[in-house]
Amino acid sequence: MQIRTAITAALATTALVGTGLLVGSRVSLLPVAASTNAPPYDSLFQVLFSIGTILFLGILIVLLYSLIRFRRRPGDVAEGLPIEGNLPLEIVWTAIPAVVILFVGIYSYDIYDRMGGMASLDHGGMHHGAMDLSGMDQVQPASTPPSSGERIWGGIGSTQAYLDQTGDGRAVATAVPPLPVEVTAMQFAFIFHYPDSAITSGELHVPVGQPVQLRMQARDVIHAFWVPEFRLKQDVIPGQPTVLSLTATRPGTYPVICAELCGPYHGGMRTSVVVHEPEDFLAWVTQNAPQVSA
Amino acid sequence: MTVADPSALEPRLQPSGWLRYFSFSLDHKVIGLQYLVCGFFFYLVGGALAGVIRTELVSPIADFVSRDTYNEVLTLHGTVMIFLWIVPVVNGAFGNYLIPFYVGARDMAFPRLNAVAFWMIPPAGLLLISSYLLAGAAAQSGWTAYPPLSLTTPAAGQVVWILSVLLLGGSSIFGAVNFIATVLKLRRPGLKMMQLPMYCWAMLGTSLLVVLSTPVLAGVLILLSFDIIAHTGFFNPELGGNVVVYQHLFWFYSHPAVYIMVLPAFGLVSEILPVHARKPLFGYTTMVYSIMGIVFLGLIVWAHHMFTSGTPPWMRLFFTIATSFIAVPTGIKFFNWLATLWGGKIALNSAMLFSCGFILNFVFGGITGITLAQVPFDIHVHDTYYVVGHFHYIVYGGTVFVIFAALYHWYPKFTGRLLNEDLGRLHFLLTFIGFNLCFLPQHWLGLNGMPRRVAEYDPAFTTLNQVSSVGALIMAVSTLPLLLNVVVTALRGQPAGDNPWNALTPEWLTSSPPPVENWHGEAPLVAEPYGYGHAPAPALAETRP
Ligand code: HEM
Ligand SMILES: [Cu+2]
Ligand SMILES: [Cu+2]
Repeated sequence: MQIRTAITAALATTALVGTGLLVGSRVSLLPVAASTNAPPYDSLFQVLFSIGTILFLGILIVLLYSLIRFRRRPGDVAEGLPIEGNLPLEIVWTAIPAVVILFVGIYSYDIYDRMGGMASLDHGGMHHGAMDLSGMDQVQPASTPPSSGERIWGGIGSTQAYLDQTGDGRAVATAVPPLPVEVTAMQFAFIFHYPDSAITSGELHVPVGQPVQLRMQARDVIHAFWVPEFRLKQDVIPGQPTVLSLTATRPGTYPVICAELCGPYHGGMRTSVVVHEPEDFLAWVTQNAPQVSA
Repeated sequence: MTVADPSALEPRLQPSGWLRYFSFSLDHKVIGLQYLVCGFFFYLVGGALAGVIRTELVSPIADFVSRDTYNEVLTLHGTVMIFLWIVPVVNGAFGNYLIPFYVGARDMAFPRLNAVAFWMIPPAGLLLISSYLLAGAAAQSGWTAYPPLSLTTPAAGQVVWILSVLLLGGSSIFGAVNFIATVLKLRRPGLKMMQLPMYCWAMLGTSLLVVLSTPVLAGVLILLSFDIIAHTGFFNPELGGNVVVYQHLFWFYSHPAVYIMVLPAFGLVSEILPVHARKPLFGYTTMVYSIMGIVFLGLIVWAHHMFTSGTPPWMRLFFTIATSFIAVPTGIKFFNWLATLWGGKIALNSAMLFSCGFILNFVFGGITGITLAQVPFDIHVHDTYYVVGHFHYIVYGGTVFVIFAALYHWYPKFTGRLLNEDLGRLHFLLTFIGFNLCFLPQHWLGLNGMPRRVAEYDPAFTTLNQVSSVGALIMAVSTLPLLLNVVVTALRGQPAGDNPWNALTPEWLTSSPPPVENWHGEAPLVAEPYGYGHAPAPALAETRP
């Protein structure tokens, strides 16, 4: 009897874990992946989705089983079993979530670090990731030093570390300095300014494969810059500049959405980001740069 | 500490009959029911506002109400549901009704303060929902009232909102002080802390959170009102203010607030499950420790609402870890409840169905909560419909389901009559289906690009929004069997007797409804509130399934 129970339990657990892993890896709930952040994000999503499915299904099954198996039949006036607790059991179900949480925490820390989230923001946040990638004393990319050394209050500073993951040969772009873009958010629009070419645009245009550093400020209230296909979001705050570094990996046009309530037209505060092939991007720049008399 | 002498309650000076529910009654049972009915009224108000929101979102363009109105409706909905329905009901209503019974007292420690705390709520609520009449506009900056937006929207409406929330916060603090004093000081001689029903522990923990965090909310809202009225610059970046500091102070209250909304529900479920499963509550001691663990951790996780604000990397990391660890004590509670059911004699009545609905919904919301706690995950879904889905699974699927379970469980105590089970099960079925239909699709919407707090959206999301709105409609319909049940039963329901569930907790050891000072004689000493399964049941009066 004991053995049969143990075998049943083991089989059930295996089936449950298998289902969870299958669901996590097969069911995709996310939009297309278009930046270097997206692949690590999506693998984190898969892991969490698998764990979540296992936990939820497990509890659902135990609950339904109990409700059916232990339901009170009409006329039955007997009591349940007088079990008040079971210390070993309680230790087990304290330990299991603790271990799962620890694993999830370490794993998501790693993902976050690889996204460049742990890079220091004070130096424009550019070196940390670059060093991760090479491990050698690689030359600092000539990043845009934050103009006038003003304080950056938050964001994701580094884009470099994940370049080798794009898998389409563009990883060589590591040495390419990031393209600086100044983002101004206001009720109810984003304005993108390219200091290098003096272009000002209502749409964001970026070349595929090259790091882009958005330096963001709000003119009136708090807004947020969100591109679902990039899996990235950063609040744009009046009085407190923030940065967001990213590298697009898939040409196309994606929505830029304001994700912080900013007034009556908040829902309409959206524009697009156009990810170009490098040569198309150059063409766009030449076409749109104001004519500078040389 | 001086506590009221129960004999000083002057019951003779109180009106009797139904009129006493409209009086400044000092009887904790009257006050409890006042909280319940008042809360339910505001639930209907908040529900109507939700109906406006879901109607607007049936189509992707802003066509049902104006954009300003939409933001007002959204703000009022959140504020009403949190501060006028969930918090007062799950704390004030059941806390006041049950805690004196559980500690073996004749009333709360400070009956007058108790009545004051209740009577602050109706004026505050009416103030809030009439802000259109009073100020020409209601607050439009969400229930979070982030500056600078809250400094730029119509000032009068925002000030009315602040005033109302301050009153409600004050009421909550008064209530909490009373619960702490009652549990610690009014226990019947011989009753030990570790013999208290679990709801007492839940209310003790919750009240500690209220007392520690609500004053911070009051402080930050007062500063915000200075910025609006006197043009000070605490949170105005143009005057050198810092908008992120507001967010820290706001969430220092408002994350604990989510535990103020669920810990009492955890307590209520811990009372309901053993009775209808005929088994002792599994793991009493670990339950107590996990409540206190949640209280402690709940105080140090607030910045997980600010992962995309201007927060430095180390802060994001710390709050990820602290938040994730709340899952451990929370998980313990769920495993203990499942173990309570295991091997029981489970009556599948309305109270049990709603409790089990709570378990499922909350587990789901807890799992999405853990995903949100991971900074890299949250960066994508913060401020999207994914979050809307998450917290409705917690507050509605969790707490509101428990409130309904509690209503079916204690209604016979309140009135001496049993609610109709057929209507009750219909109510459960409609609520469960409507709720999941309404909020499950929202997770997908958020993941795929729909931000929250919008009146218009990408037409690609139309179908799922319509599914969600149909779910909301079913939820609205689900209140009909409930209302019918409550009214019809009050008039001519099946008499319940004093203890229809054969329960062992003290509130069932007196008549239904109980006399003014709770007991006909001495308060009984209940050393084993969950001592089910020991003796053969003293002939279960209730034999229906
Ligand atoms: C398992 C435990 C829980 C965890 C780990 C958790 C985690 C989180 C996180 C990280 C967020 C922020 C998401 C974002 O805005 O980007 C959030 C939002 C929220 N949670 Fe939870 N949560 C849990 C339980 C609860 C409970 C118990 C409640 C309430 C009763 C609740 C209600 C809310 C609400 C209202 C919000 C949205 C707040 C807003 O931005 O307006 N959560 N939760
Ligand atoms: Cu916005
Ligand atoms: Cu929180």
